[in-house]
Amino acid sequence: MRKKSFGRFFKSIGLPLAVFLFSSCQGGSLFDPKGPIGSQEKSLILITFALMLIVAIPVFAMVIWFSVRYRESNKKATYKPEWEGSLKIETVIWLVPVAIIAVLSYLTWVKTIDLDPYKPIASTERPLHVEVVSLDWNWLFIYPDENIASINKLVIPEGRPVTFDLTSATVMTSFFIPQLGSQIYAMAGMTTHLNLEADATGTFLGENMEYSGSGYASMHFDTVSLPQDQFASWVQTAKASPSRMTLTQFNQLNTPTLNYPVTTYSSVDPGLFNHIVHSFDSEMPMPQAMPADMTTSTKK
Amino acid sequence: MFGRLTWDSIQTHDPFLFMATIGMPIVVIALVIVLAYFKKWGYLWREWFTTVDHKKIGFMYIILGMMMMLRGFVDAIMMRAQQSIAEGANHGYLTADHFSQIFSAHGTIMIIFAAMPIFIGLMNIAVPLQIGARDVAFPALNSVSFWLTVSASLLVMVSLSIGDFSTAGWTGIAPYFEKQYSPGSGVDYWTWALQLSGVGTTLTGINFFVTIIKMRAPGLKLMRMPLFTWTALTTNALIVLSFPALTVALLLLTLDRYLGMNFFTNLLGGNVMLYNNIFWMWGHPEVYIVILPAFGIFSEVVATFSRKQIFGYHSLVYATAVIMILSFTVWLHHFFTMGNSVDVNIAFGIATMLIAIPTGVKVFDWLFTMYRGRINFSTPMYWLVAFLVMFVVGGMTGVLMAIPPIDYLVHNTVFLVAHFHNMLIPGALFGYFAGLIYWFPKIFGFKLDERWGKISFWGWAIGFPTAFFPLYVLGFMGMPRRMYHYDNPTWQPLLIVAAIGTAIIAGAFVAMAIQAYVSVKNRKKNADLTGDPWNGRTLEWSIPSPPPVYNFAVIPTVEGRDSFWTEKEKGTAYKRPEKYSDIHVPKNVPYGVWIGIAAFFFGFAMIWYMWWLAILGLIGAITTVIIAANNDENEYVISAEEVKKIEDAHYERLAAAGGKQHE
Amino acid sequence: MNNEANLHLAAEAHQSENKLFGFWIYLMSDLIIFAVLFATFATMATSFAGGPGPKQLFNLPYLFIETMFLLISSWTYGLSMINLQNQKKNAVLSLLAVTFLLGLGFVVMEVTEFHQLILDGNGPDRSSFLSSFFTLVGTHGLHVSFGLLWMAVLMVQVATKGLTAGVRSRLMRLSLFWHFLDVIWVGVFTFVYLLGMV
Repeated sequence: MRKKSFGRFFKSIGLPLAVFLFSSCQGGSLFDPKGPIGSQEKSLILITFALMLIVAIPVFAMVIWFSVRYRESNKKATYKPEWEGSLKIETVIWLVPVAIIAVLSYLTWVKTIDLDPYKPIASTERPLHVEVVSLDWNWLFIYPDENIASINKLVIPEGRPVTFDLTSATVMTSFFIPQLGSQIYAMAGMTTHLNLEADATGTFLGENMEYSGSGYASMHFDTVSLPQDQFASWVQTAKASPSRMTLTQFNQLNTPTLNYPVTTYSSVDPGLFNHIVHSFDSEMPMPQAMPADMTTSTKK
Repeated sequence: MFGRLTWDSIQTHDPFLFMATIGMPIVVIALVIVLAYFKKWGYLWREWFTTVDHKKIGFMYIILGMMMMLRGFVDAIMMRAQQSIAEGANHGYLTADHFSQIFSAHGTIMIIFAAMPIFIGLMNIAVPLQIGARDVAFPALNSVSFWLTVSASLLVMVSLSIGDFSTAGWTGIAPYFEKQYSPGSGVDYWTWALQLSGVGTTLTGINFFVTIIKMRAPGLKLMRMPLFTWTALTTNALIVLSFPALTVALLLLTLDRYLGMNFFTNLLGGNVMLYNNIFWMWGHPEVYIVILPAFGIFSEVVATFSRKQIFGYHSLVYATAVIMILSFTVWLHHFFTMGNSVDVNIAFGIATMLIAIPTGVKVFDWLFTMYRGRINFSTPMYWLVAFLVMFVVGGMTGVLMAIPPIDYLVHNTVFLVAHFHNMLIPGALFGYFAGLIYWFPKIFGFKLDERWGKISFWGWAIGFPTAFFPLYVLGFMGMPRRMYHYDNPTWQPLLIVAAIGTAIIAGAFVAMAIQAYVSVKNRKKNADLTGDPWNGRTLEWSIPSPPPVYNFAVIPTVEGRDSFWTEKEKGTAYKRPEKYSDIHVPKNVPYGVWIGIAAFFFGFAMIWYMWWLAILGLIGAITTVIIAANNDENEYVISAEEVKKIEDAHYERLAAAGGKQHE
Repeated sequence: MNNEANLHLAAEAHQSENKLFGFWIYLMSDLIIFAVLFATFATMATSFAGGPGPKQLFNLPYLFIETMFLLISSWTYGLSMINLQNQKKNAVLSLLAVTFLLGLGFVVMEVTEFHQLILDGNGPDRSSFLSSFFTLVGTHGLHVSFGLLWMAVLMVQVATKGLTAGVRSRLMRLSLFWHFLDVIWVGVFTFVYLLGMV
């Protein structure tokens, strides 16, 4: 009876666990990376997981074995009520976790340096420079070298590193393209950096990971990775756009808005990004709108 | 007169909140009338509200925690229901704003108003009994702590009907929670509720720290203390050391919001990351504040039900101490993605992983306690086994997130949500459940029903992984937390599975309610006549269940660890003392209730800018303290004859039970 | 019966010892509040946001007098405690009164300083630096004010109840509190005012 109930118990735990391992290795986006950073981080997850199983599997086995073997009704099992310790066992149970954590610490050391979001990615290609401004609740992407800008759609060239400078014009957000790797916070009055690269073409999900108000859930964008020649022609198309990203235009954008339609801008006011960063140090607050009712502020 | 409180502040537009607005007052009024009809108010006031008896205060804490947990669980059901349907064109049944209030309230309630009261309740019940004391060091202060927690919980409940709750999560999000971005009453409800309960908790921390250090029975050296008392000691040290950081974080936010200061604002030199640093200086130790007591309970349970000494007592004590110290060195892992320098992230990542070492040791110590034992699988032991298995999974995901580059991927995804629920539900909650079943007969004199207890256990054991393991997968699929709606059809099936898991857990709660009902009905059958229903090892089992108000007729002298077990082995347990003495017992005092009421009005008035009422509340609280300080007549005497009568009755019951309890 | 009474006395002494120990623990907790406030101040020490800094704001001679009020009050409290040992009720009371007046002087001077700053447009909402300055110094001032209230209550208790065991143990705890605030003020004076002026 008891044995059976424990079997049921482990099925209830083991089954979801198996599903979890299986499906996350399949279609899940972190496990389907499209760039060098994402790939390295994925294999780091797998290595760490495997190392930890060295402790986890014996624990699972011991739980089952001890529960069954030393149950009250099994009078055949040894019973040592006064046994309270063993130097040998205690040494092992301290040293094994210590050893595994030592290995993991080394891994942490090396990999944190390797995968520092601020570290430029080694490449023969010159990196593309993109300035990211998070708004309530849209993303503005400025391409300073190309002198173009885009809202809610990030277009990048395949096989060429991208260097992001990020800031926020309102509250704190977190910029994340799961399939490319690391995320980083965007904060008002400050600039953070991130280096990513796509080594495949395609459209990837981009997200905000930090709750930023009632429009947070809609704050996602498409990241489009194009072959380099197509990227160049996208830049040319953008340059032909009738809209320009001026300071006035930006201030209009910087009010709570849901799902602003994807727009490209043929030019950007010089130093706009720096202006946004420094607008918070001035003595007078920059005019900021209060969060308006969501339905009325949605622009079609 | 009423500050910014207007008729519009009262929730009537949202159907759910409207129900709460109408329902809560009706329930309260009905309760008042029913209690008045049965003339129970006097009894409640004399025996419960004004009590300073640690056992009764402990029980009231647990009731409060359970009620608040139910509220928090309703929030959970609403969130899971919303996320299981709100994909693509379907926007679900909640607005973005309402959903945000729910996840903020859920976290705040579960940590501060469910977990904390339940373990403080268990600590109240068990610690004085385990150390052979007649009460805690400051009984009246204990009552003040409790009523402050009650008034803070009331503030959270009131926010359902009057105004809003915060939408900035249970941790607060800088600078989103500043007045500029969150002008309503919600953040203020959150701040004041946390601040009031924080004061109560700090007082509890001081109280129990002094109790354990100063009031142990003769011979009960530190290294002889039961492990639950050890974890209680470290938890209270953590409370005293970490809650001030929360107090300051909330104070600075309050000053920002009320006086226009610039601590966490975007403007005029404010520093949003300062908030995260101060908050998590409290926030991370807080995790261990709620988990360590559960570890202590598991240590008691595993030894008692394996009928065996705990394995590696010293290891367990040192591991607890190491966890306590390390818990202060890891707070930065909550924001690895802030753009810190590489060295900082490495240091905090490794510090975080170090915690896995003492925690792993503990797991092995519990396992080797089972090894060569005679394990009696009563319900508490079921919780232990489930804990061991699931906690290891949670620990593994925790180590994953301790590695900064992995955290860059899974930070703020639902993977994180799954991870901390995996720590707090099996780690803390399962332990509390085991502790409740374990000590229940001690305070009420009868055991809880085993059958329904096990049904409820299976509900959790199946419901928990069903509800949370899908979130790990979703996290790997890049799903952010706190989404009221999403445009990603591949996420939906797993969210439906998670919702089913929540439904199973709801069933477990129902089974728990039935368990309570059945247990009370069969209380004669499951009566504990000896005071030692589990064949226990520590001092609390050497006295009657329920214990008399003075706990120990004669303060015991302790010769070693597991002293009661040793006495039973030697046959010297239950020896009658030669004579009894008069016992001085603290008198009931109403100060706790008064301060609680004053604090509630103070908090409510601050939230709604009713300055006159806030000042009145403050004056009320201070005046009560002064009155209490002038009262030197705070004890009464139970005469030796009276003690003898009570003890005689116990020995008669003991003789009637005739040792048939343990063969 | 005599034995019983002795036991009770011992229990009372034990209780007062517990209270003293508990008060120490509280002070440690309070110390952390100040530590976090100091850390906040350090973070914001140069966040003037275009507003004035310490050199434009603080008047050292004024602060020196303010500080003296508090330091001397600590000394008079100590004198009062010596008289407590000798059971001299009137001396205890009059020295407490002197302490109270000195403490009150300190609070009045601080409030005047704050008032002047706000009048000049340099209130706590002017910059993060000023926010953290007002909060740190104000929290200390609030503690002193509570100490004064406590002292007033104890003076009434000494006058009406005499130097009973309960009153003595409370005076001991207030003594700890008062000296604690003194130590904190030395920190405030050094880190906020002196270092700011350098």
